[in-house]
Amino acid sequence: MKQLLNGCSVNLAEKRLAFNSLLASNRADLFRLRARRTGTLNAGTGTAGKSGHGEELHLDPSAPTLPVERDRGQSPVMRFLGSETGKGWLTISPPLLYAMLLLIGPIIVIVANSFWSQDYLTIDRTFTLDNYKAALTEPIYRDLLMRSLFVSVTVAFVTVILAYPVAWFVSFHGGRYKGLWLFVITVPFWSGYLLRILSWKVILGYKGVLNSGLLSLGIISEPLNWLIYNVNAVIITLAHSWAAFAILPLFVSLEKLDRSLLEAAADLGDGPVRRFLRITLPLTMPGIVAALMIVMIPTVGDYVTPKLVGGKDGVMIANAIQVQFGKASNWPLGAALAVSTMVIVSIVAGGIVLLLAGLKRLLK
Amino acid sequence: MRFLPNPRRLLSTYVIVYVAILYFPVLLLPVFSFNDSATPKLPLVGFTFRWYESLSGNAAMQGAAWNSLIVGVSAAFLSTVLGICAARAITRHRFRGKAAASSLIMAPLILPEIIIAISLLVVLLGLGLQLSLITVILGHLLICVPYSVTVLVSGFEGFDPSMEEASRDLGETAFGTLRRVTLPMLMPSIVSSLLVTFTISLDEFILAFFLSGTEPTLPVYIWGQLRFAAKLPNVLALGSILIAASLVLLTAAELFRRRAERKMAVRP
Amino acid sequence: MTVTPMIEIRNVDKSFGLFRALDTLNASIREGEFFSLLGPSGCGKTTLLRMIGGFDNPSSGEILIGGKSMAGIPPNLRPTNMVFQSYAIFPHLNVSENVAYGLKRLRLGRDEEQSRVRQALEQVELSKLGPRMGNQLSGGQRQRVALARALVMRPKVLLLDEPLSALDKKLREQMQVELRHLQRQIGITFVLVTHDQYEALSMSDRIAVMFEGRIAQIAEPKEIYQNPATRQVADFLGGMNFLTSSELAVNGKSFTATLPGIGDITGHLAGKAIPDPASAIIGIRPERLRIVWEGETADPIITGKVVDRNYFGEVTSLAVGIKGQTQHLSVVETNDFGADDIPVGSDVRITYDRDAFVIMQG
Repeated sequence: MKQLLNGCSVNLAEKRLAFNSLLASNRADLFRLRARRTGTLNAGTGTAGKSGHGEELHLDPSAPTLPVERDRGQSPVMRFLGSETGKGWLTISPPLLYAMLLLIGPIIVIVANSFWSQDYLTIDRTFTLDNYKAALTEPIYRDLLMRSLFVSVTVAFVTVILAYPVAWFVSFHGGRYKGLWLFVITVPFWSGYLLRILSWKVILGYKGVLNSGLLSLGIISEPLNWLIYNVNAVIITLAHSWAAFAILPLFVSLEKLDRSLLEAAADLGDGPVRRFLRITLPLTMPGIVAALMIVMIPTVGDYVTPKLVGGKDGVMIANAIQVQFGKASNWPLGAALAVSTMVIVSIVAGGIVLLLAGLKRLLK
Repeated sequence: MRFLPNPRRLLSTYVIVYVAILYFPVLLLPVFSFNDSATPKLPLVGFTFRWYESLSGNAAMQGAAWNSLIVGVSAAFLSTVLGICAARAITRHRFRGKAAASSLIMAPLILPEIIIAISLLVVLLGLGLQLSLITVILGHLLICVPYSVTVLVSGFEGFDPSMEEASRDLGETAFGTLRRVTLPMLMPSIVSSLLVTFTISLDEFILAFFLSGTEPTLPVYIWGQLRFAAKLPNVLALGSILIAASLVLLTAAELFRRRAERKMAVRP
Repeated sequence: MTVTPMIEIRNVDKSFGLFRALDTLNASIREGEFFSLLGPSGCGKTTLLRMIGGFDNPSSGEILIGGKSMAGIPPNLRPTNMVFQSYAIFPHLNVSENVAYGLKRLRLGRDEEQSRVRQALEQVELSKLGPRMGNQLSGGQRQRVALARALVMRPKVLLLDEPLSALDKKLREQMQVELRHLQRQIGITFVLVTHDQYEALSMSDRIAVMFEGRIAQIAEPKEIYQNPATRQVADFLGGMNFLTSSELAVNGKSFTATLPGIGDITGHLAGKAIPDPASAIIGIRPERLRIVWEGETADPIITGKVVDRNYFGEVTSLAVGIKGQTQHLSVVETNDFGADDIPVGSDVRITYDRDAFVIMQG
């Protein structure tokens, strides 16, 4: 202990030195530092007002004026950037600006496009609702929209119902290997979207694996022609593709479930089924809703699956949208189709959320 | 009563069947890629390497693989940089509008890809830009950032914010703290993010399909080959390589993620 | 002669949105003092400590260290070092590298750096653990590494944020003694944040007791315990019998009151200000009351009935009902005379020191 005693006053000169190099090397710090100083000053001299993040400063006229030199010309922008809110926004701004520029911007452009019209290659920017009229009333688009909604809602529910027991198993019986289980289950989702669909085409095809297998086993005498190129094939393929993804939100909500609640319910006389219906299901409802949405919204716009295994009867709205942006080259109509799809799927999603909220209230 | 299977057993069986079905189509492609037959059908005829051999002289395929590599590496690197910013803001700062900002960044995860693809297409063409690998990278960044954020948020959450404060307290500057504490602690998560986002980009089809112009990535190349029935075995061989690569990359990412957890875990 | 205080806290305010975390704090901490910030969780003590360290900024007011304003000075340029509540030992560095972390920036040269690290590790009795990785240490070891890592920087002020709260009881008591010892030896200012009254009482030169963002009292431990300024302070540190009184009057440096069932009493303010006598309250610590055994005589004497008895090993606490007092009087007796055998329901006689009554702001 003696040794520390000898030199225990801090060497401020060393820190000053560091400060100088800081001035040169780290302007952001200096920036914050200056903003901070004015913040202190304003409040100290009784100039009350709103600081950067809208905090109400304490107004105390009796507070003595502090002997700090007043830093003039400090802009509110600088003060904002020095505050906690400012630092947060500053840090998140690169990815946020990116999302604004390349996601929100383009979506606004698409929405604008949907109110314009196109004559060969020139866009006419006078406001019109014709595209929506076509998108919502022409039988072909109406059918495609309805079919896409049907497929995505079915796929979402099938996926979630099939995935729930698996999420339950991993959460309740996964033990030390929870992480490994999750990894094993989700890997197929992360890899080879196009190839998985191709694989289903190979399995379900007229001369495919299933038919040729059944033929060679003598179970059927000629290939089944209802396996592929219909809505069922699309649903099977999509449900398989998204199965793993639905597990994650379900698993998270099951993990959050306090196990002692189930023990308390058992203690109060509920059997396994009642425990599930009265405790587990209502408390994991947020996970169920999240899983449904995370499957339903992306699948409504799936393009590859209907194209590869859907055939003529399995075409979905994304195929029609693609045609408008490709061969048919009617961007405004394609834009209107895209916007209509998003709006309608959002309404349906909202309806499902309300429905499940109602169901949750019934389970008591 | 005792002849009924016990529920736990039933559940385990269900999970095993579920996982088997999950993997079945993924593993089917490699099986037929070695089958000595021009069409994938049962029964299997014989073992061959020829579908793989014929890939080796395929310049178009190799060009596509090169394109995929460029796009994947750029998207992985850039999305991880953006992901670090977002994850840091989400885990280390309290500010109004954080929820809104982070949901906007995460939104591409849940939007139909076709919506993202056509919106970007319209804007990029409207700005007079040529479709190229750069436009593909721009698109892939949008969908890679959310995954990167997810991986890195758990990385940031794994380590105590007072580590960084301790560094400042001991005289280190903000930049020095980043270099000496934050990055070393975060490194396994960063590597994991790079691997995951590279894999996502490697497998991504829709955005690449709309935005790639004359330079196809591997999935776009495969899509083009699907028109020719005779090319199917080659596609299966190429697909098998892609799936194997994805599996290896994702496993590596998972191993790094676990190492990060172990590294930061403090035993009491 | 006026000595510049080591730390001066001047009119410090801190608001988070509408929540007032700190409300016009003023305090000065002397050089070489062991100063504790004591209070329940959420009282603002950690916020104040973090402001001294530079991790938070006052919304208004200022903090001076060694006579210099710290406004705008980041933590790395302040003459303070902190022992964090979680210890924040870098898990990717070993013990020596952890201790050497801050020295690296000073570019002392390898030999000087190594010898300082060695000395610091010796001081905290961890010499053998130098190569051990940061995430392979026990709680007590991590606490010692955190201490060595801060002290090796030779700060003017060492800030300790609940440094003992993660340790088990026995180790905590041992570390209390060691920390106090260490502080006496090196003689620098320690500022300790704690919610543990015994920790604060046994270690500190002075204590600031905080509630809801305000400092209720700053004084030496004995003063705080024996003469608490407010009812809240008395309640937070140990037990206190709050008494029903009539005709309470404060005049000059003393007070008088009539306590129903007890009698007329007088007491000294002992330098305390009672700004609002109408809401003031009289109290007496349980250990200043004593049972009068059979055959013993004492003056004054009050009589009551035992309504409850709690056994604590070395002492027994009796709740005694007194006519005229709304609350039962708590009496703490050591067990050597058989206080643990007094039956509930029996009548007892109690005596007290006449000057043991204190007046507190309600």
